[in-house]
Amino acid sequence: MLNASLKQLSAQLAQRKISSVELTQFHLDRIARLNPGLNAFVTVDAAKSLAQARAADAQIAAGKGQPLTGIPVAHKDIFCAKGWLTTCGSKILGNFVSPYDAHVVERLNAAGAVILGKTNMDEFAMGSSSETCFWGPVRNPWDPARVPGGSSGGSAAAVAARMAPVAIGTDTGGSIRQPAALCGICGLKPTYGVVSRYGMIAFASSLDQGGPIAKSAEDLALMLNVMAGFDARDSTSLARPAEDYARALDEPAAGDRAKPLAGLRIGVPKEYFGAGLGADVGAAVEAALAQFEILGAKRVAISLPNTALSVPAYYVIAPAEASSNLSRFDGVRYGYRAPDYTDLADMYRKSRAQGFGAEVKRRILIGTYVLSHGYYDAYYLKAQRIRRLIARDFVQAYEQCDLVLGPTSPNVAFALGAKVSDPVEMYLNDIYTVAANLAGMPAMSIPCGFGEGGMPVGLHLAGNYFAEARMLQAAHQYQLASDWHLRRPAGVE
Amino acid sequence: MDWETVIGIETHAQLATASKIFSGAATRFGAAPNVQACAVDLALPGVLPVLNRAAVEKAVCFGLAVGANINRRSVFARKNYFYPDLPKGYQISQYELPLVQGGSLSVMLKDGEKTVRLTRAHLEEDAGKSLHEDFHGMSGIDLNRAGTPLLEIVTEPDMRSAEEAVAYAKALHALVRWIGICDGNMQEGSFRCDANVSVRPKGASVLGTRCEIKNLNSFRFLEEAINFEVRRQIELITDGGSVVQETRLYDPERRETRSMRSKEDAHDYRYFPDPDLLPLVISEETIEQIRSGLPELPQAKRERYMREYQLSAYDAGVLTSSREVAEFYEHLIHALGGGYKLASSWIAGELFGALKRAGLEISQSPIGSGQLADLLRQLQNNAINGKQAKQVFDAMWNREGDAAAIILARSLTQISDAGELERILDGVLAANPKSVEEYKAGKEKAFNALVGQAMKATKGKGNPARINDILKKKLAN
Repeated sequence: MLNASLKQLSAQLAQRKISSVELTQFHLDRIARLNPGLNAFVTVDAAKSLAQARAADAQIAAGKGQPLTGIPVAHKDIFCAKGWLTTCGSKILGNFVSPYDAHVVERLNAAGAVILGKTNMDEFAMGSSSETCFWGPVRNPWDPARVPGGSSGGSAAAVAARMAPVAIGTDTGGSIRQPAALCGICGLKPTYGVVSRYGMIAFASSLDQGGPIAKSAEDLALMLNVMAGFDARDSTSLARPAEDYARALDEPAAGDRAKPLAGLRIGVPKEYFGAGLGADVGAAVEAALAQFEILGAKRVAISLPNTALSVPAYYVIAPAEASSNLSRFDGVRYGYRAPDYTDLADMYRKSRAQGFGAEVKRRILIGTYVLSHGYYDAYYLKAQRIRRLIARDFVQAYEQCDLVLGPTSPNVAFALGAKVSDPVEMYLNDIYTVAANLAGMPAMSIPCGFGEGGMPVGLHLAGNYFAEARMLQAAHQYQLASDWHLRRPAGVE
Repeated sequence: MDWETVIGIETHAQLATASKIFSGAATRFGAAPNVQACAVDLALPGVLPVLNRAAVEKAVCFGLAVGANINRRSVFARKNYFYPDLPKGYQISQYELPLVQGGSLSVMLKDGEKTVRLTRAHLEEDAGKSLHEDFHGMSGIDLNRAGTPLLEIVTEPDMRSAEEAVAYAKALHALVRWIGICDGNMQEGSFRCDANVSVRPKGASVLGTRCEIKNLNSFRFLEEAINFEVRRQIELITDGGSVVQETRLYDPERRETRSMRSKEDAHDYRYFPDPDLLPLVISEETIEQIRSGLPELPQAKRERYMREYQLSAYDAGVLTSSREVAEFYEHLIHALGGGYKLASSWIAGELFGALKRAGLEISQSPIGSGQLADLLRQLQNNAINGKQAKQVFDAMWNREGDAAAIILARSLTQISDAGELERILDGVLAANPKSVEEYKAGKEKAFNALVGQAMKATKGKGNPARINDILKKKLAN
């Protein structure tokens, strides 16, 4: 049960070997047992989840089951879900019960999936360690003294500890992929515009994308099939024909079963293997690259010359957008309002001072600064130009290769508190992941071994626009030939 | 010293769309507070704006009507500031790349025509309203207006007096209503002006320091505020002071402008392109489609009336003061099969006089163009004379029936019969030998006296033209 794929669970549900109520209760029990130590979930509502599970069982009984019908899904607390507390990890939304469903939530509900609960996250998704949450830090199931990564750390820890078969998260600079890597599971950030942002609380609008967090590439594909789709309520949503992201999973290229990845050109950027990369992570990634070659892929040395600029550009653009996106949290219409204030300006000041945590305030200040009169050109406009250069680097790289492979994070999960006092050190965690957001291209992380302290290492696969199916196929074939993705942390049985 | 006033106007025209610019909520005026504010207008977490194409079309329509450049690609930007009736903490507007750039508006002044150049016109959303009464020391927020589409129309500093500013504002007001993009209701805030006012010594080439006067919601306030502000600035400079750049508010009760905030207090709005909205791209087809749907514009119509109907510039201007008036006129001359000048003088004279006395718009006139045509046809056919026609008009205004019925009921038929008129005139000549003598002695006035007597004898029913003719013949004998 703990390692069952979505396909297997779906089959068992369809064959009535297990009911959705039983499956949901099974996970609720695990949450009750494991969550006090891990703090991955911030809201669990068994009655609501079980009601959805009963409805799913009825649907299955009526022969109307779909691939996700009856499957419990953990939702990052950034997705608005009708009737659910939706806090985005912040005190300022500590009392916000959403009156509506995000597009992703709507689609999952319509597919018959069960909302298993809302998962903890860095406040407003700002963080790489899930330590900035108002509800306390999330702990890594592999070692509770360490962070799970962030910002979707709650969703990643929930899947790693098998408290949920699958979860959803959001990724602005690596917030799905980095926690997936640090928790030894899989996560995918789709091409910008594939998943609607409607109802996903905005951090940095031009970078945010929702995506799945799961145990395998195959599960990611099944989840993305439901999450993706045009939504007229999001002007950046792409109107494209529906795509089956699982269609290519079992396609061994050129029909050679021993070499299913024959013909695949994997680009390995020299910039990803220089200073800053942990030796343990480097070794695990090298071994994975070798495995890809054994499976038939051809390794191509490439260069992404503007890699070093991606973190600085990201930490101008993302805070700039955030400083404006977070202005709506003013204590006027909903959310937290300071109890005592003298006038309007004082109400704003106190509500926001008390409602936001330190990291959020830091980014609002950075964002406000870079958009200010006299600084806009030097920071924001320049960062936008760098953004175009980075996208161009990738477009050029994809003339030589099909996918770009490398580490997801420079190091394995670090100890809680190790980097909180050094934001720049923390931001450098995103060095391999932010470029995909800046370019708007898809990227994913899958487990590929273990490093220091027996902590998981993530392999990063990036592709050109709309290359999701190709990426998922490569990852799936790798997972057919390896079992890193089936390893579970000890102590969470 | 002689002073020159320099004025530029910024106008916020509410675009007449059924729903808001970035949400599906209705824009109707006067609903109960906050019932027309949906999740997007309330800026709930996670909601996103979606552009209303109808607002874009109306803005393009305006751009074409003023001969402006329609930017094929324009960008929505966020203007960031905190205020309780601004739910997102930013207003979505256009900054560096507006939809409409350039263009001009021709304005009729007492001493001729003047062209006011437009700088730009851009789309933006309105804010909600803060209500400070009735909340026991707190403020109430009504977000019904939040997200209502606005077109902000900005002029170059081309106006030189309050009169010119008012003439411009009136011409703009007429135009936006004419092309149907704005209802122009100033009381409801659908058309609001801000005036940028400065003064400088006559002949100076550099502009003086300006003050912006906000929210002038009537033409009278616009005029009063500018006149006050010009006096204030001149006095200030004459007394050795200098004007401080600031935003001022007009207080119509005290008839003065008051400082609202100085340049130092001005917000840094931190404009940047809104990442939730893609750049607005307008295709050639869209522009051509909107162009082909444009009505004949006031200036073109005015010139055509002068050319085709031989009307004076003044009369043509009056008839094109609004689309409703022009339509009334065109219906009237169509029904009459001509009578251009007759129709023009009756609209500008009797009809406008009656409307003004009753405080009505032409669309509310109790006498429609068809009914007025019936009346004027009787006049054209000499069935009644002008004096009688005015009586009939008054009766029609009081809804006593149509022209023919009133003429019949009041036995107002004009006496045009030559035999009858000759008989009456013989009597008049016989009864007024003194006037006849005077006329024959060269006193023209005596002729008019005789006509007057003849009209009196016919109880006002005589055909004055015929009476003139017959009288002349008889006196020549």
